[in-house]
Amino acid sequence: MGKYPTEPLKCWKKAKELRNRFYQNYALAGEKGGLRWMGSAWAFDAVPSGLGDDVFCISGESYGAACAFDRPLSKKFLEAARNFGFSRDLCAHMRNYWGSLLADESAFGGKFVKPDFGWSQHICCSHAKWYQNAAQMKGEVPIFVVDVGVGAYPPFEPKMYPHRIKYVADQLLDGIEWLKTTTGREFDDERFINAAWNDLRSTHKWAQICMLNRAKPAPLDEKSLYSFYVFGTLQKSNSEFADFYDELYDEVKDRVDRGIAAVHNERFRVMSDIGSPWGFSDIYRHMAEQGVVSIGSLYTFGLEGMWLYDAQTHDLLPRPLPDSKPRTREECCTLLADWHLSKPMYQNFYHPDNKTKMMDAIARRWDTDGIVLHYNRGCRGLCMGIAETRLGLIERGHRVVAYEGNMGDENEFDQAATRKRMDIFMEGLGCKIN
Amino acid sequence: MALSQFQEWYAGRHEYQKNWKKRTNQKIVGYFCTYTPEEIYYAFEVLPVRILGSHELEDLTESHISPMFCPLCRDILAQGLSGKYDYLDGITFGQSCLHLQQAFTSWEIHQNPGWSHYLPMPNHVQSPRAIPFLKQEYGLLIKKLELLTGRTITDADLERGICIMNEVRQTMKQIYAFRKQENPPITGAQSMVMICSAFFTDAREWLPAAKQAIAELEARPLETGVFERDTGKRLLLVGSENDDMAFIEMVENLGETGAVGATIVVEEHCATTRYFWDETQEGTRDPLTAIAERYCARTPCPSKDWPKRRRMDKIVEFAREFKCDGALVIRQKFCDPHEADMPFVKKALEEAGIPTCFLEFDVVTPVGAFSIRVEEFLETLETEYDFFD
Repeated sequence: MGKYPTEPLKCWKKAKELRNRFYQNYALAGEKGGLRWMGSAWAFDAVPSGLGDDVFCISGESYGAACAFDRPLSKKFLEAARNFGFSRDLCAHMRNYWGSLLADESAFGGKFVKPDFGWSQHICCSHAKWYQNAAQMKGEVPIFVVDVGVGAYPPFEPKMYPHRIKYVADQLLDGIEWLKTTTGREFDDERFINAAWNDLRSTHKWAQICMLNRAKPAPLDEKSLYSFYVFGTLQKSNSEFADFYDELYDEVKDRVDRGIAAVHNERFRVMSDIGSPWGFSDIYRHMAEQGVVSIGSLYTFGLEGMWLYDAQTHDLLPRPLPDSKPRTREECCTLLADWHLSKPMYQNFYHPDNKTKMMDAIARRWDTDGIVLHYNRGCRGLCMGIAETRLGLIERGHRVVAYEGNMGDENEFDQAATRKRMDIFMEGLGCKIN
Repeated sequence: MALSQFQEWYAGRHEYQKNWKKRTNQKIVGYFCTYTPEEIYYAFEVLPVRILGSHELEDLTESHISPMFCPLCRDILAQGLSGKYDYLDGITFGQSCLHLQQAFTSWEIHQNPGWSHYLPMPNHVQSPRAIPFLKQEYGLLIKKLELLTGRTITDADLERGICIMNEVRQTMKQIYAFRKQENPPITGAQSMVMICSAFFTDAREWLPAAKQAIAELEARPLETGVFERDTGKRLLLVGSENDDMAFIEMVENLGETGAVGATIVVEEHCATTRYFWDETQEGTRDPLTAIAERYCARTPCPSKDWPKRRRMDKIVEFAREFKCDGALVIRQKFCDPHEADMPFVKKALEEAGIPTCFLEFDVVTPVGAFSIRVEEFLETLETEYDFFD
């Protein structure tokens, strides 16, 4: 018996149902006359919602991760991408996605579905190229990509210059016109505004859920966070997902109130920086067996969750919701642009110090004993500046362990060596490794 | 010969720059990518110098940049960490790829010269929204340069900066016109040294030497070309940044030992044509917009070449215009912008009838191994008759 009571999450079943329905909607959309689009998990997914309730997407990263989880299938897809001529050090999610497209085989069974259009955003070198290449390989799928690389959000920059928000908002307005022309559909502003509001609700609520993990014992471990954060990556503007996060918040709050732990023998708390190799997430189970809970990461908290870093108090806090919904298309695009540009993971793209400060704040406010860094060979964007962040965290007095791996390509992950490395790290924390 | 002057500047970039600073008492800002608007720096009488690597093995960057990032960014950072550029007054980066951005931020953390500027050069350069956005960003850059220099500039100063840079571009295009000749009077290596020395020197000092070089090239007899050497196969060099002189000289010297020789007659990468081919419109009422237009319209880095592929047309156009027999498709290891484009570059060239040979570059090029591959490639370009002739 451990120190703390634990119990399964009640909403687990509902989470699975929601995910299944989401994928089924996408698979069946063509038969029902609906529209399907491809794009990044960071795409402004509220915008295509203005075309109707029968518009569905599967984000490229989530799809790539699903491929990576099935290791034999992933191997086949990665080889297909390699045979086409793509280098094997490109983004692993992207290569899985392209490989699935080239093999004409879906990770969920059947053939790879040709989307009606591409709708994405661009901040790392690969985002726009992902869908540009997919569109060309699949045969002239029209794409529209919104550039969000306009610089860091305050306090990492002195202020958010209006022209930067306007650049993004104007592209969204152009995108709406493009969507109308491309699909031949009308664009319903009310539907768009409601979807945008769901985006804000879900990304705000997710941050609040992660705040609850400050409690001891932690009510959720990182493995569970992966299962739930995925709704934000699939479609943050989805009303069912936003409602589900409200339910999840209530349940996690209840766990905190009753002292329910994710890891019954929680003795040490660690955090990580970005996602783990998806086919090997049992590393978290191994850690839990030693009494180590990973309370989350800047990635699980801030890939989709919306936070603001407070330089005065050195804290990371959920970004408050605006007082009211936007009233017009223009207001809505401006609000969405401003909201998304404050995304914590975007700040990493401009300076490693930004990530270091946010990670240091999490380590202190969530009271962790150590930090695990994943030198992820499968994602350059999220690994930008990781070496400087490592130095910065060590300088700030944290115990840091780094391992090299790949979120979506098992060829680049040494499980035995990583486990050994983690064992040594946990021993350093004071664990007796079983 | 004027060409030897460029070699001197290329090899002695630091001495030149230190001396320039002493002579002029003006500031020098190092830049990491060709998306830096040099026109604005010249308007402020600040010398913009591009920072390139040294192609020497180094052990300084391992703890600062993850090994999955390109050798160029590590080589560049090594220049900073080793103190070779301790005379700079500032550093700047025009947003392009994640790789060079890390060299910039690590340099800023560990070797900050006291002034630095990150320019969020738009990625969606095909969007009409990019130009007004970039103009506003140039406004922020100008405010920062005012702090660095203690002076303000006028539109006339900007126009002067535009004219300086355009003259460099026009001059280089005149040099490239020589390379279209059947027996080019200038080799790829000489041309590369010339353009790289433009990165390292004051354009106003580089230009007279370049014009002298043009006069000398015009005087060379067309039938003999350079050193009375056989031009051999005419090659296009296309891909990631490449100023690896050892490699270029190796390719162009193959004719001395191998069955087939070669001359690199044109390149499409950011140490050459992507840097200088496109000009800024002169004499407009709004020079800042003209500069923004130029940087959005120039042949893009693959990271900005979307949704339409504009770069492919330029590559094929170069191959045809310079009558290339084949193309060396090169890529810095881990350079994902180019990695994502590579299959399409190869396809575009091969559909245009230009055979390709792919080579992956690191900080130091394995010249011996590459010479075998390039030689074999050249032999495949020969007809049977030529080969046994």
